[in-house]
Amino acid sequence: MVRTALDYKGKLKPTWCPGCGDFGVLTALFNAFARLDLDPNNIAIVSGIGCSSRLPGFASTYGVHSLHGRALPIGQGVKLANPEIEVVVVGGDGDAFAIGGGHFPHAARRNIDLTYIVMNNRIYGLTKGQVAPTSDVNFRTVSSPYGNFEEPINPVAFAISVGATFAARGFSGKVDQLTDLIVAAITHRGFAFLEVISPCVTFNKVHTYKYFQEKVTPLPAEYQPDDRTKAIEMAQVMQDVIYTGIFYRQEKLTYHDWISKIMEGVRPVTPKELVLSQK
Amino acid sequence: MEKVDLVVRIGGESGEGIIVAGEILTLACARASFEVYTYRAYPAEVRGGHSMFQMRAANAPIFSAGDLVDILVALNQEAYDRHYSTLKKGGVLVYDPESVQPHDREDLILYPCPLKDLALNQVQAIQTKNIVTVGVLAELFSIPQDKLEEVIQERFGSKGSQILEKDLLALKVGMEYARQNIPKRENLKLGETEGETRIVISGNAAIALGAVYAGCRFFAGYPITPATDILEILMKEMPRVGGVSIQVEDEISALAMAIGASFAGKKAMTATSGPGLSLMSELIGFASMAEIPVVIVDVQRGGPATGLPTKTEQSDLFHAIFGSHGDCPRVVIAPTNVEDCFYQTIKGFNLAERTQLPVIILSDQSLSQRYETISVPDFDSIKVEDRLTVSPEEVAQGYQRYRITENGLMPMGIPGKPGAYIARGLEHDGEGTPSYDPGIHQVMTEKRFRKLNLAQNDNDVTLRWGNQESEVGIISWGSTEGAVREATNQLKARGEEPDVLYIKLLSPLPRKQIEDFLKNKKKVIVPEVNYSGQLSHLLRAYFLFDPIPLNLAGGRPFAGYEILKKIEEVL
Repeated sequence: MVRTALDYKGKLKPTWCPGCGDFGVLTALFNAFARLDLDPNNIAIVSGIGCSSRLPGFASTYGVHSLHGRALPIGQGVKLANPEIEVVVVGGDGDAFAIGGGHFPHAARRNIDLTYIVMNNRIYGLTKGQVAPTSDVNFRTVSSPYGNFEEPINPVAFAISVGATFAARGFSGKVDQLTDLIVAAITHRGFAFLEVISPCVTFNKVHTYKYFQEKVTPLPAEYQPDDRTKAIEMAQVMQDVIYTGIFYRQEKLTYHDWISKIMEGVRPVTPKELVLSQK
Repeated sequence: MEKVDLVVRIGGESGEGIIVAGEILTLACARASFEVYTYRAYPAEVRGGHSMFQMRAANAPIFSAGDLVDILVALNQEAYDRHYSTLKKGGVLVYDPESVQPHDREDLILYPCPLKDLALNQVQAIQTKNIVTVGVLAELFSIPQDKLEEVIQERFGSKGSQILEKDLLALKVGMEYARQNIPKRENLKLGETEGETRIVISGNAAIALGAVYAGCRFFAGYPITPATDILEILMKEMPRVGGVSIQVEDEISALAMAIGASFAGKKAMTATSGPGLSLMSELIGFASMAEIPVVIVDVQRGGPATGLPTKTEQSDLFHAIFGSHGDCPRVVIAPTNVEDCFYQTIKGFNLAERTQLPVIILSDQSLSQRYETISVPDFDSIKVEDRLTVSPEEVAQGYQRYRITENGLMPMGIPGKPGAYIARGLEHDGEGTPSYDPGIHQVMTEKRFRKLNLAQNDNDVTLRWGNQESEVGIISWGSTEGAVREATNQLKARGEEPDVLYIKLLSPLPRKQIEDFLKNKKKVIVPEVNYSGQLSHLLRAYFLFDPIPLNLAGGRPFAGYEILKKIEEVL
């Protein structure tokens, strides 16, 4: 029996606003699961807090809808405890780069084998339209009434610079390409980061579908995702063109590979022997 | 067998290896079958500041590190100035005349030893001064040389043969000097004793090993004094039992990872001190709300803020019981001595699985870093409880992870097996669907609190000793046990023993046992190493009586005589 996207659909109907970019991510995620024929009981979708962090609740898989900013460490705990589980961490740009920003570099440099999908809408949607760590300079919101004057974080460039072994960008308006990118991220051995441009149709009237449709372009066909410096350069192109696709990919030992090597090297002991060895 | 009970204190500058010297002496004495009990005080800095190690060795059970000392080793003038008043009449002062000028006192026996000179000229390594000191003490105490060499070999063997040779030489130099220059005093002799095989362990090690024995196979932590040993031990030992330990970026991540690992089906723990527990507060609420079992060890130190990182205090009780916003049920337990650290940790894991709630274990600095000899556990009698998990049949019949049940419990689905559900920090209904309905919040809060009843059913939630008829009682918790035992043992000898109750389960408080205890009591003293009298407040709030608080702001444990004095005042 081959699974279809419907096998991953949960009982709950998404609570997102009509037209929200996150619908495209949910569709692409289910498509990717189906293409990889994953058992829903073998998947854990872990999120923090925010509109996009509602996603696990709309799936039939295991999930943790946790606290604001804590999705990555909880997801890492799941993967470390049971490496057989396919862990997909999801959330928004606030979760990833503001309140949870301290966890990101460490998850990346550990190269724990999980997929992290950040839905970037450049604004806080759930709390009704405040400035975000990915908002542009001069962007006016209810909490930046004189315009934002903090430089935005570029998620893909940030991920590559802190050691992610896979970094890609997709657009929720292009579900087929996004499905391919999610499949590539899940099948990558190590920490796979995927930024999805996912417009907020309710609160962000600047970075709309139209705004992105005009700029989003796949990386050039000849582009090779094996050069960190080049990848960061391409990720930072933001003016007339915003590239999508796989910017960087590197094969490296995962955290679990290291643990497995250590376990093979140590002398096993029973808990009782361990207690008795204290003299 | 003649009674032996000796207290030795070594004081000097931090960084001179005083703690190492103390630990070597302690382990050697313990291997020679003595009961040992240690206490240490040191600054938070690696070098500079004053450092002190105290060891008591006896051939009968002991409950504290002792109040007055038989032998004081002063490595500098500050050590002498700080500690000479703790010497017993007729006690011995060992000091380096180059750096210490003692008073001219006739009630003390003075043994000048050129410790620095011996290390510099005979061992040719100034850093071995601490081991030369160990040698002098070994000769004075008649601690078996082979036991000392064994311990030194284990301690320094990994540092290369040259360092090991120097240290072994330093031991011999110290012993030889004492043999030639110090007349032996029989009353200082520890000599040999006979005894069963014992385990020598620190409170932190007892917690780490208790966790492994209870089935913990995931640990995440962040270095913090005085809990770091637990991280270090589990980083080393966890791979040997097939588990995973990880040092993470902060305490928030540590608890989050443990919660994730527990969700994935592993028994999981983190260990920290007060500042880390503060950072974990929000996640304690998440584990409680999402009903994910997890164990959090708080090795308390002086607070608030960075406070007194290397000093003891029992001031996190309120935070452990109430910390985190909202109505947030959790279990809090406290071991009373090093041996109890082992058993209470196992208990902590049992309670976490039994209630599907976070469990906080309150240890403290004085427990964590001192060594005690403990009996080999009777492994067959230790009960290890495992998780209630959902079966495929139950899933087929329509499984709801958070369905309301009489005792509040539902089996857990484990990723990789049927039973998929969403663990949620939002208020939710039986299926885990978010709900903001006040009625749902009412019944779900009741359900989560109901699970606390499952923690109260054991007979070891309190510890009681003394004269149950006495109208004077002592109620306390945690590491004050040793000092209280010293005091009540003295009163027992005079026929004035009070009734004593130690509360090991602090949330939920064991109502029945406390009410039984209070029935015939006119006066109840509550000693605690905190300024505000946190247990006193709780007892007054829940049991409507006026306890007599005995508080110490912290920084050090109670001495037995301080407890004794208070009881005598009240009697």
